[in-house]
Amino acid sequence: MTVISSTKSTETLSFTLVAEFDADVKRVWQIWEDPRQLERWWGPPTWPATFTKHEFTPGGEASYYMTGPEGEKAGGWWRITSIDAPNRLEFDDGFVDDNGAPVAAMGTTHATVELEDIGGRTRMTVRSMFESEEQMNKMLEMGMEDGMKEAAGQIDALLA
Amino acid sequence: MPGISYNQMVVDQLGDAELDRLFQAFADSTRRDIMRRVALGEYSVSGLAALYAMSFAAVQKHVAVLERASLVTKEKRGREQIVRGNHEGLEKARRLLDEYEAIWRQRVAQIADILAEE
Repeated sequence: MTVISSTKSTETLSFTLVAEFDADVKRVWQIWEDPRQLERWWGPPTWPATFTKHEFTPGGEASYYMTGPEGEKAGGWWRITSIDAPNRLEFDDGFVDDNGAPVAAMGTTHATVELEDIGGRTRMTVRSMFESEEQMNKMLEMGMEDGMKEAAGQIDALLA
Repeated sequence: MPGISYNQMVVDQLGDAELDRLFQAFADSTRRDIMRRVALGEYSVSGLAALYAMSFAAVQKHVAVLERASLVTKEKRGREQIVRGNHEGLEKARRLLDEYEAIWRQRVAQIADILAEE
């Protein structure tokens, strides 16, 4: 099983997910570091992401857009707040308007990613803290359900 | 179609104003503490006020924020105002986090697919 646990706190509006992968820490770090790999998993299958900028250094910024089934686009940004390669990454995650400018009013999510070696395999812990409800609303508008259904299918395929 | 029905469901269940109130309610540590307590049993507002280093009026305001967010209910009993947890309101917050969890489970599945290619 890939996802080991997930914990949700309605009190602090945070979410923690622990997953384990059959790959070493350096390999799993690449899926965050390499934009061509990152864009293959960041968006739902029906809303694939394209990263147009990916400055993977402290203070660096990333920009991406996701393309929906009808060709509609939804853009987002990251601001890397801390990097300790290949074990730890922290970033803020928000949305952009049609011109690619950050939408301050949309709020941000702060994500902390930790990769830990477990005998050649990797345990990844992701913690997200929400700042406001708007960005969650936006996510919900991005055709997530299709993606979720496909995800369930992908998980089944992995376990088969 | 599933996307449409899903979005419709979210819109139906959680109006924007309602979400605003919900998140505002969660944003304060005293309010979170009040919620923890009243989820387990009822409290009077004065009983709650005795627990915190703040005025009765301040605690009453926190309770009012929670009440507007449908996270607690308040009822007059004699001279006391009795506060109880509202499980329906908490259920809505939980649903939002469930949706976020689904996003991340999907991402993990996609990462596993990429890693499996090698």
